[in-house]
Amino acid sequence: MAFTNELALRCDGLHRYLGQDDARVHVLKGVSFEARRGEVYAIVGPSGCGKSTLLYLLGLLDRPDGGEIEINGQMMSTSDDIARTDARCEHIGFVFQFHFLMLEFSALDNVMMPMRKLGRLSQQEMVERAHYLLSSVGLGEKTHRLGTQLSGGEQQRVAVARALANQPSIILADEPTGNLDVKNSGLVFDLLTRLAKENGQAVVLVTHNPEIAARCDFTRPMRDGLFV
Amino acid sequence: MLMSLSCTVLGVGLFVLTQATTRGFEEFFIKTILGTDGAMRVEDKIQDTLRQMTAGGGSDFQISQRQGLKYIEGIEEPKLIINALKDFSNVSGAAPVLRGSVLVRADFKNESAQVFGIHLEDQLKVSDLGRQIVQGDIATFREQPAGALMGRVLADRLQLSTGSSFILEAQGQRLRYSVSAIYETGVADIDKMRVYVHMSEARSLLKKPSGVSFVQVNLFEKDRAPQNAMQIQEVLKHSAKPWQEREKSWLSTFRALRISSAITVSVFTLIAGLAMFNTLAMIVLEKTKDIAILRSMGYERRDITQIFLWQAGIVLTIGAILGCIVGALSTLGVSHMPLPISGIFKTETFVVSWNGWHYVEAITTAALMVMIASLIPARRAARLEPGDIVRGTAQ
Ligand SMILES: Nc1ncnc2c1ncn2[C@@H]1O[C@H](COP(=O)(O)OP(=O)(O)OP(=O)(O)O)[C@@H](O)[C@H]1O
Ligand SMILES: [Mg+2]
Repeated sequence: MAFTNELALRCDGLHRYLGQDDARVHVLKGVSFEARRGEVYAIVGPSGCGKSTLLYLLGLLDRPDGGEIEINGQMMSTSDDIARTDARCEHIGFVFQFHFLMLEFSALDNVMMPMRKLGRLSQQEMVERAHYLLSSVGLGEKTHRLGTQLSGGEQQRVAVARALANQPSIILADEPTGNLDVKNSGLVFDLLTRLAKENGQAVVLVTHNPEIAARCDFTRPMRDGLFV
Repeated sequence: MLMSLSCTVLGVGLFVLTQATTRGFEEFFIKTILGTDGAMRVEDKIQDTLRQMTAGGGSDFQISQRQGLKYIEGIEEPKLIINALKDFSNVSGAAPVLRGSVLVRADFKNESAQVFGIHLEDQLKVSDLGRQIVQGDIATFREQPAGALMGRVLADRLQLSTGSSFILEAQGQRLRYSVSAIYETGVADIDKMRVYVHMSEARSLLKKPSGVSFVQVNLFEKDRAPQNAMQIQEVLKHSAKPWQEREKSWLSTFRALRISSAITVSVFTLIAGLAMFNTLAMIVLEKTKDIAILRSMGYERRDITQIFLWQAGIVLTIGAILGCIVGALSTLGVSHMPLPISGIFKTETFVVSWNGWHYVEAITTAALMVMIASLIPARRAARLEPGDIVRGTAQ
């Protein structure tokens, strides 16, 4: 693929403090990281070491207290809200560790929501693509279920499908297989890796599962706010 | 959503109802007084007394000094005055009236009263006399030279009904009349005092071959009566009294009532507004996670605000429509409540005011509140970083 090995995501010396006053914690202590297209990266490390915090920064969902973030060659750490929002829409697919879906909407609607915002497909095409993605995560039968009518693992898979909706160049997934059984976590992981190879997407996932981590192209162990 | 909707419905409905019920009596009272004594009365002639002095020396200084106003009772040249009045664009009618005290003699009883000599057609243009007939027919009066229109209370006291005859006594002479019709204005002071007869009859009864007591004036725009009165007084040199001045004491009573009801309405509005603010803010609060998800997918702050505005718009539209219906229905219900009143006006049921502006005001107020109540929290939520919301550290 033409995309392969192009730099999709780069961060340098990221710092992030959380909490106020006495409770202020130095969570990220100068993290640097790169992700290339067509590759799958696993970030591993003990609970509380700052994995989610890092992923929020990379997904432009939070602002760093220091350091740089580049998305597809564009410096994003200092840009304004509109530029960051546009970049999220176009370049980034994000899977949250918790709270995945808008529960009052159907699985189909949830998956279509990013496409609606991007506005590149017709209604018909959006529906077809949403169906295709939901089938890919094994939910072809449940596309019209509301979020409230889906199990935790099913919600998580809808969230994965939604992250893929706009064919973003970067997929950031915070424990996308955390709530899944062996079969379904295999399904989701295979989907993510296949897409990375086929479409030239950079996939960064956080996982506590050593088997999954082992199957990634790169594993980045993290401890206490730093890669080791 | 349902909660804020019901708040809106209740707010709009109550607003309309309170306005309708509190304004009703005042409007009805004004309608009554305009329908009886008209918008303005042009009365006694004003005589300027000018004291003139010639300053000493060779210069020809003349000093004029206004020495206060002196009135000469009545109008000597009613035709001139009425013609001049018709030049005022706001004047819709002017009717001469000759008034005098009389004794009404019936078979059983005598009552003192006031006779009003009128030209019927003119009088109908400046009052609702035609619509105030409760017994008999105004046409009968038109045809009977010695006919009279008698107030309901006076007729009851004298045990007279249409067709009965009675005697009016004034200036030492007695003339016989018959009751053509009985009217009721609802204003006790009028209904027990006034007997309307034809102008020519009044002239011979009161021995006044010329001149009238006053000219009753009707206006197109009643609210401009005070300004018109001042102009008329200036130009015609006759005192002119607008209804607002004539009915001052009652009007100020109603004004006090209006203020107290305005306070009630404001309190209602405030309570409904607070409830609405609370529920809409809660809706937004509940949705902060959804807001974070939408923002993470690339929805802009503007989009979020729009979504909530859209929602508020739906609440507002449905709420306003239902609220207006509730308001109108409850107003209708109240208007059928029996509540007989007479004395300052005449009614059998609660008087309400039907006025489209009340609905416009209610909707405007509701729109303002709904928009504020949904926009402020939505804008606040949209300003937060999605990461902060998801992490739970959003403040
Ligand atoms: N609001 C906060 N105030 C202070 N410290 C916080 C706050 N939120 C998180 N932290 C701390 O930041 C650190 C990093 O949290 P983060 O969620 O990134 O961990 P994580 O690596 O994703 O853990 P897990 O594997 O359990 O999801 C933790 O030590 C946590 O205690
Ligand atoms: Mg985490």
